[in-house]
Amino acid sequence: MQIIKDKQIIDDNWSYIADDTELKDGNISVSLARWKKDKQQLLKSTGKIGVRIGPADSVEDLAADLKDIALIELDFPAFADGRIFSHAWLLRDRYNYQGEIRATGHFMADQVFYLSRVGVNAFSLEKTEDLPVALSTLNDFTVNYQKSIH
Amino acid sequence: MYQYNDTDQTLVEQRVTQFRRQTESFLKGSISDDQFRALRLMNGVYIQTHAPMLRIAGPYGLLNSRQLRKLAHIARTYDKNYCHFTTRQNIQFNWPKLEKIPDILEELASVQMHAIQTSGNCLRNTSSDHLAGVCIDEIEDPRPYCEIIRQWTTLHPEFAYLPRKFKIAVSGAKLDRAATQFHDIGLHLVQNDAGNIGFRVLVGGGLGRTPIIGQVIKPYLEKKHLLSYLEAILRIYNLFGRRDNKYKARIKILVKEFGLEKFAELVEKEWLLIRDDLELDADRIDAIKTQFAPPAYETDATQDTDFAQHLLDNKAFATWAKYNTVEHKVPGYRAAFLSLKAPDSPPGDMTDTQLDAVADLADLYSFGEIRSTHRQNLILADVKQADLYPLWQQLDTLKLATANIGTATDMICCPGLDFCSLANAGSIGIAKEINEALDDLDYIHDIGQIKINMSGCMNGCAHQSVGHIGILGVDKKGVEWYQLTLGGSSENEAAIGERLGPAVAKDQVTKAITTILDVYIKQRLDDESFLDMVKRVGINPFKEQVYANN
Repeated sequence: MQIIKDKQIIDDNWSYIADDTELKDGNISVSLARWKKDKQQLLKSTGKIGVRIGPADSVEDLAADLKDIALIELDFPAFADGRIFSHAWLLRDRYNYQGEIRATGHFMADQVFYLSRVGVNAFSLEKTEDLPVALSTLNDFTVNYQKSIH
Repeated sequence: MYQYNDTDQTLVEQRVTQFRRQTESFLKGSISDDQFRALRLMNGVYIQTHAPMLRIAGPYGLLNSRQLRKLAHIARTYDKNYCHFTTRQNIQFNWPKLEKIPDILEELASVQMHAIQTSGNCLRNTSSDHLAGVCIDEIEDPRPYCEIIRQWTTLHPEFAYLPRKFKIAVSGAKLDRAATQFHDIGLHLVQNDAGNIGFRVLVGGGLGRTPIIGQVIKPYLEKKHLLSYLEAILRIYNLFGRRDNKYKARIKILVKEFGLEKFAELVEKEWLLIRDDLELDADRIDAIKTQFAPPAYETDATQDTDFAQHLLDNKAFATWAKYNTVEHKVPGYRAAFLSLKAPDSPPGDMTDTQLDAVADLADLYSFGEIRSTHRQNLILADVKQADLYPLWQQLDTLKLATANIGTATDMICCPGLDFCSLANAGSIGIAKEINEALDDLDYIHDIGQIKINMSGCMNGCAHQSVGHIGILGVDKKGVEWYQLTLGGSSENEAAIGERLGPAVAKDQVTKAITTILDVYIKQRLDDESFLDMVKRVGINPFKEQVYANN
């Protein structure tokens, strides 16, 4: 499957492992609950580790672990759930997170521009045919009023 | 008045291009109704009963003559020759075609206007005192801060998908004419003990289904911290505001459920972390202030004697001057209201001909600027007293000189069933009926200052809960009924109106209103206003008469 990362369309090499599924080799992401529960085991795995958080999760809970995490997936249950935007800003600005922040789940191509402004640098869209449009929206505005991440 | 720089202009133009693409994607079927709904609302486009409705931002109520002419042109070209002014100083068109809206936005961008964030669950147009910069009770002109907030809120990437809509109002005068106590955030410019001017910050006020008076969260905020403090409130709201029930999603419910103390603590903690990064530069404030510098007032404006003579000679003019003009901070000038409440026209509506003519009057008599008010009227804010008579004559010809500002027929009224898909009641029809019953101007003037607000549904767009008399349309098994409230106020001593009794039938509303007014006339003391009398006697004397025959 393809995603947008750092303004390019690339092949994705991460797998999300559901809570009731066995861990596997390679780059994997897990839920925040599983990360908290199986942290030690996960740290020993061969691939890189990512954590998927939802709108109701607290980013603060993850702050101390950020150095061990290569990917944070911000998962939209519905496109209108704007908490994701604050989570992204907090991760990048307050906690100075340098890894990949990826939007996943139910969001729109038309949200990619704002997401990029709060620090999201990768986008896994529901429909891959939307990737070129989503990529083009990153150039929707060349000016802005607020201080932001990018 | 603020003039766009290259950044402002580029931004609105790029927004037009973006919205054009979004509209085309929707019309092609590549985005769903639900997704387009969120995108179009953030650009002021509703789907109404008959057609889409487009709401255009009137930034803190300020317009120039060029913009007014553009609105006239849009009304003629894309609509049915009229537009509507709203209670938040915005402008609505009720009949545009969806596929033409990007073209309308392009027209607007050419005169430094837009429809960004005039609807949707995002940061809305900032509203303010319609007498800002000219009133005699001003602490400081709020408009530069409104403009700073306008820029900060526009396309703010983090706060575009809030739990619910979010409205900010700023007042800089002793008398609150901007209903700041009924906004999500209300800002009052105040002077502290050391003589410095800053902001008193209120949070959690609002009208609609659950009217709540805002509470002071910060008694004094230094100006340089304005944006960091707003951002802290918004971040806490965005993270913790309820998203499970749209009727409980406004910040007022969060503040109520958390309690002010806990909410304020969370905001304070967040604020301290971002305060230094988001400090407003004094130079930036000064640069914006220069854009609101006073116009070139004539120093000999008081020398004129015509004004006084006309007042003596012409009773109609004198009455208009008494009700529709107010004192100005510069001697020899007055601010003149244009009443959009003529007896035979829907409250707040204006035709293309009137818009063009008012643009000319603004150029002639008021430095080319026009303001819209919270009560759906317009103002020429800087008129020399010598010009008031010719201005009045021309306004009279245009049917914009009804001498009823602040009186019973200066009703706030929502579009109601005639246009709105949410309404339960035909507000405009009721307003017309009340107007017809109160067709004696002397009687209206005898009643004096009174605010009658009428909404066609619980959403309360016409602020009925803060009307001295509030009228609310409700639906009972497919029949229109009307609930009446008394004693509401959105000014300094803010109050939510008390329900008079059971809802009355549609054909009884006008009778009920005239009965209430008669009780007032009979029982008032000397020069006691309607609101003061309600405060003194309560609702019972009114209730007894209104329900006397039931």
